[in-house]
Amino acid sequence: MKIAVASGKGGTGKTLVATSLALALERAVLVDCDVEEPNAQLLVNPEWKETKAVELLYPEVDLAKCTFCRECQRVCRFGAIVVLLDKVMTFYELCHSCGGCALVCPMKAIKEVKKKVGEIRAGKRDGIVLYEGRLDIGQPMPSPVIKEVKRKASREQIPIILDAPPGSSCPVIHTLKGADFALLVTEPTPFGLNDLKLAVGVARQLGILCGIIINRVGIGDDRVHNYCREQGLEILLEIPEDRKIAEGYSRGLTLSEVYPEYKERFLEVYQKIVQKVERNVSQAVSGN
Amino acid sequence: MKIAITAKGKDLSSPVDERFGRAEFFVIYDTESGEFQAIDNTQNLQAMQGAGVQSAQKIIELGVEVLLTGHCGPKAYQVLTAGGVKIGVGARGTVQEAIDAYLKGELKPSSAPDVNSHW
Amino acid sequence: MSVKQLVVISGKGGTGKTSLVACFSQLADSVVIADCDVDASNLHLILHPSIVRREEFYSGFKAEIDPEKCQKCGLCKQVCRFEAVLEKLDANGLPQEYTIDPVTCDGCGVCAEFCPSQAITMLEQRAGEWYISETRAGILVHAQLGIGEENSGKLVSMVRKTAQELAEEKKKELILIDGPPGIGCPVIASLTGCDYALAVAEPSLSGIHDLKRVSELCQHFSIPLGVVINKYDLNLKISQEIQDYVQKIGAELLARLPYHPSFSRAMVEGKSLIEYESNSVGEEIKKIWEKIEINLKSKV
Repeated sequence: MKIAVASGKGGTGKTLVATSLALALERAVLVDCDVEEPNAQLLVNPEWKETKAVELLYPEVDLAKCTFCRECQRVCRFGAIVVLLDKVMTFYELCHSCGGCALVCPMKAIKEVKKKVGEIRAGKRDGIVLYEGRLDIGQPMPSPVIKEVKRKASREQIPIILDAPPGSSCPVIHTLKGADFALLVTEPTPFGLNDLKLAVGVARQLGILCGIIINRVGIGDDRVHNYCREQGLEILLEIPEDRKIAEGYSRGLTLSEVYPEYKERFLEVYQKIVQKVERNVSQAVSGN
Repeated sequence: MKIAITAKGKDLSSPVDERFGRAEFFVIYDTESGEFQAIDNTQNLQAMQGAGVQSAQKIIELGVEVLLTGHCGPKAYQVLTAGGVKIGVGARGTVQEAIDAYLKGELKPSSAPDVNSHW
Repeated sequence: MSVKQLVVISGKGGTGKTSLVACFSQLADSVVIADCDVDASNLHLILHPSIVRREEFYSGFKAEIDPEKCQKCGLCKQVCRFEAVLEKLDANGLPQEYTIDPVTCDGCGVCAEFCPSQAITMLEQRAGEWYISETRAGILVHAQLGIGEENSGKLVSMVRKTAQELAEEKKKELILIDGPPGIGCPVIASLTGCDYALAVAEPSLSGIHDLKRVSELCQHFSIPLGVVINKYDLNLKISQEIQDYVQKIGAELLARLPYHPSFSRAMVEGKSLIEYESNSVGEEIKKIWEKIEINLKSKV
């Protein structure tokens, strides 16, 4: 079972929900895919076991073999390799690591070398395994790190909870891809609703079932509730605006560490998700 | 020495084109002979991306030593510098006025690109 | 005098960036506003823009295989680094069909380059839209990236370039940029070339963690940094840690704002905090703005 926790808007409580859910399950894998700002570790506090660099392949040109034919520049769609009269410039921050230049070079003058763009850490706390992806500062592209942290985590058998980055673009897609369910966390305000719609759009584009958690109920109005009703989206949990929760979160406490009854509530959310996913699978099998 | 100026026309009285990558023409002025030629750059106007780099390559191939333009982005700047071209930004008026300003020392070569990456 | 550029960022989402930008846009005299959170833009929900110009944004490519020409050699699958070629086998385990997964396809074109039957075309992607609008606070340049699209950095660059052109044309003194969360490509595209960056932080473990990362990014690009701690009273200990950190890196602490329900209430009513009645937060925000103006003026 793979559940992705996403939101569209930043700051709605994604990581708080993802970590609270994982801890409620007691045995789970938590994957922090918000590689630009990975925060799950601050709430889970794992004992770190291993760290591994994420490396991408970048072109290196052997000028002794190069005939300056510009085939590499022609093939590159990202402007990452530029051939001058007597040298070849590479722009690593633009390179997508597609390998095209190395493949096309008629003189085999391009070698690919590894460069670090981020790292993956794995840690444990009781029955929770946390895999964290972390992008190096100054590196522009998060997706390769997200793919790598998911790949490492996918070997596990117990329920996998993916903590997604904010937004609705490529990094979110890479996080959500392959998930059985998208748990979308929002807040009852215009910003929350605007971004929730984007997140729902992403889940639907990927054909992933979704359910909603509304956090900080009380700070705004009921527009999000109305939207969910109109769209047939089930609200799986409502968390009221509560200064104690905010203060606890600021100190690294998950919901059940502030209010123990949340453990039970998250187990109920999980059960509902399991039922929905199983029903969806059996409908698909029976050709509905 | 050869000086290239980004221009909206083909001669010395043409106005300077502020953009580098998508400039309509490059007027190449030879300070020794006093002669000039205009190179058409209009195919780069439509380029989705990489216009700056394409233009930079052309300038280098023409043996230009100094480029005078309005603005230059970071990639074009890097390519030009690697190719040994000095870049003066903030050129204005006509092509002739830009050349005069440079030769008088009023338009100095810049040490960094003056605009961030753009399309 | 050249146009100055101010960017408001946070690292962590939800700290109050956009709420503050809306106020600044109303306090600034001569401004073009650029909403560079093209992924999940929110500024329009407070500024209520009237769109004057709308443009499509094309960026990137996706590969498409013509089944008629495809010889089922499988070379595309071998060269693809993004696992975007899907192979369907028949009952005998032999390749029957090759298709491209548009979600994972990076648009690199390597498959198209090497396909021996020329069966693959690279299609340009309409990745989003950008707009020039009028608002009660001034001209707003904003955009919406298509769902699931990449290249948000390019769309941010488009918004910034348009804002720069408009500022020069209309002789505006300032470009005010609402930045996206994170530290990746769109944030970098929002930051580069700015005269000053304001980071809005919240006093939580995540807040200080993310602030540090975004501060490092500003240092990487040599952009002077100012910090506002929002909701500082939620955790006084961490607020102090943030203050100590700001001092250590030589950045400026511009203000500490207490938690205020007005942030959400004003938003619900579609107003900025300085328009929303009876709140002291508006006065504090004006003071922050005055400090920022001094910082911008002192930059030649």
